[in-house]
Amino acid sequence: MLLALDTSAGASTALISHKDTDDLGQILAQWSTDAPNTHAEVLAPAVQEVLGEVGATGEQISGVVVGVGPGPFTGLRVGLALGHALAEGWGKPLHGICSLDSLALRAVDAGVEGEFLVATDARRREVYWAAYEHDEDGSRLIQGPFVGPAAELPQLPAVGAGVGLYPEQLQVVELPGEDPSSWTPHAAELGRLAQGALAGELNGVLCEPRPLYLRESDAKVPAQMKKSGT
Amino acid sequence: MSDKILTMTSAPEPSQNPAPLVLGIETSCDETGVGIVRGRQLLANEVASSMAEHIRFGGVIPEIAARAHVEAFTPTLRRALDTAGVRLEDVDAIAVTAGPGLAGALMVGLSAAKGLALATGKPLYGINHLVAHVAVGLLEDPQNGASRPHSDNDADSRGASNGVRDLPPNTGALLVSGGHTEILRVGSLSEDVELLGSTIDDAAGEAYDKTARLLSLGYPGGPKIDAAAKEGDPTAFRFPRGLTMPKFEGTAEEPGKHRHNWSFSGLKTAVGRAVEQFEKAGQPVPTADIAASFQEAVVDVLTSKAVRACQEHGITSLLLGGGVAANSRLRGLLAERCQQAGISLTVPPIPLCTDNGAMVAALGAELVAAGKPASSYAIPADSSLPVHCITR
Repeated sequence: MLLALDTSAGASTALISHKDTDDLGQILAQWSTDAPNTHAEVLAPAVQEVLGEVGATGEQISGVVVGVGPGPFTGLRVGLALGHALAEGWGKPLHGICSLDSLALRAVDAGVEGEFLVATDARRREVYWAAYEHDEDGSRLIQGPFVGPAAELPQLPAVGAGVGLYPEQLQVVELPGEDPSSWTPHAAELGRLAQGALAGELNGVLCEPRPLYLRESDAKVPAQMKKSGT
Repeated sequence: MSDKILTMTSAPEPSQNPAPLVLGIETSCDETGVGIVRGRQLLANEVASSMAEHIRFGGVIPEIAARAHVEAFTPTLRRALDTAGVRLEDVDAIAVTAGPGLAGALMVGLSAAKGLALATGKPLYGINHLVAHVAVGLLEDPQNGASRPHSDNDADSRGASNGVRDLPPNTGALLVSGGHTEILRVGSLSEDVELLGSTIDDAAGEAYDKTARLLSLGYPGGPKIDAAAKEGDPTAFRFPRGLTMPKFEGTAEEPGKHRHNWSFSGLKTAVGRAVEQFEKAGQPVPTADIAASFQEAVVDVLTSKAVRACQEHGITSLLLGGGVAANSRLRGLLAERCQQAGISLTVPPIPLCTDNGAMVAALGAELVAAGKPASSYAIPADSSLPVHCITR
C-alpha cells in the first residue's frame, strides 16, 4: 500500500493498493482541498484520516509518494517535508513524481488522444506546463516541465487550471461533462502512477523527492553588498 | 461509564515521566536543528546552517532558508539519532518550533514534525521558540561537563532529588538575536512566561547586520563588528541610545510606555550618517571607531534596560540567550552590570545560545514532565506567536 501526497496547488492525499484490474494502483481512500494556503494545518490530519478510513497501520505502508511540483513554493514544501518525515518514521522509501503527471493521467483516462498540454497556475502571470502524448502505445511526457507565460506555449489543446486563467492564450481540450480548465493535481493519480512504475509497468515516472521549483528565489543582492564585493 | 468517571477524577499520574526522551526540531530561521534530550540531559544537538548562502545578501533570505530546510532535514535528523544512539521509536515525544519565526521556514519543520509524530504515534508538542531559548539553560551536557560556565549559584538551584538544576526562583531571560530582542520574566517554563520588554523595530542582531553592511564588513554582522570594534575607540562617536528619553521611560512607579523597550533603527541611521560624512569629505571611514562606538551604544542600552527591568520585577537570576550572546562586549558588560545589581547571570555554551534543536527538545521535555497536553496535528505555523503562548 502506498501513501501519496500532493501540495502543488491545493492539498491532497490518498492510499493506493498494490493490485488493480488495470496496471495502475487502486484508490482505497482519498482526501483533497482546493484551499491554496492551509496545507501546513490540514494535510497531516487528512493523512491520519485516510489511514483511519482504511484502518491502515505503518507496517502495511510499502512506500510514500510525493508530488514534487512544480507549484507555489511554500505549499509545495509542506508536502515534501511531511513526505520525508513519514517515510523516515515508517522506515519506508519515498518516491517523487512530477505533479503535472496527475493531470496527464486524468486527461488520458478521459479519452484525450494525441499531443496535449498540462498547464497549472504558476502565479506572476505565468503557468507551469508540460506536453504529453497519448497513442496506441501508451502515454508519455514529451516536453517539460517548464514555467512561462501562457502565450509562449506550443499550440496544442490543454488541460489544467492554467487554461482557466488564460483562456485567450490556451485552448481547452473539449471533454463532454467535464471542465478540464479547472483541474488541479491530486495525490490519488500520482499514487496510481507510482504504483504502476514500481510494478514495472511505467518507465521514467518516478524522480528524486526534491521540490521542482523551476524558479530561483528572487532575492536581490543589496547595493551595499555589491559595493563591498562580498 | 464508571471507569470514565474514575479516570477523570483520579489524580494525575505521580511524576508523569521525569526524564522523557524528546526529539526537538527547529527551523524558524536559517538553521535546521535537530536535538535530542533525556529530561535535562543533552544527548544530541545537530545543526545544519544555510548561513553561507545568505552571506552575499547581507541577511537571511526567507525563501533560501526554507529551501535549505527541506534539503537538510532528513540528514540532520539521522545525524542526531546516530549521535544520541537512540532510535525514533524510542522517543517519548516530538517537539517542534511552531513560532515565532519566518513562516515558510517554520512550516517545513512543523510539517516534518507532524509526519514523524504521525508515523511513530508519538505525541507532538508545538512550542514557542523564545521560551525554548530559556529552557536550554537547564540542560546538562555530558560531553562538556556542566553547561553553564557563568552561573554562580549552581548549588542553590540544583534539585535535591536527581541532581538536575531546576529553574531558579525569580528567573528572567534576555534574548538577543538577528530576529529577537526581548526581556522575559519566567515563573515556570510550562505555564508562566511574561514579556517585560522588546524591540519596537529592528532586532539587535539585525542592527549589527545592517551596520556591518554600511561599514562593508560583511555578514553576519555580529562577529564582524565585534572583531572590528576591538581595534576601535568606543567613545569616538556618541551614537543614540534608543527610547531612553524620560517621556519614554517614566519612573519605576509610573513607567513610561517604552521603559523596558528598545529601538535600534535610529542607531542604524546615525551610523549611516556618520559614514556618509566621511565619504562626502573624501576621508577614509574610521571603521574600527564606528564599529566600537556602535557596539557600545547597542550593548549599553541593551544591558542597562535589561538589568533595570530585572530589578523592577524582582528578577534575581538572568539567562542570556540568542546568537548575539556570542558577542564578547555584551557578555562582558552584562556580567559586570548583573554583578553590581546582585543578579546571577547564566550564559549557556554558544552552540546552545544560537538557534538549535536541543533547546526545542529541552522545552518539550519540560512540558512532557509537567504533564502538559500534546498539540493537535492541525496546529499552524505562527510567525508572531506571543511569548506567553508556550505551546500551540
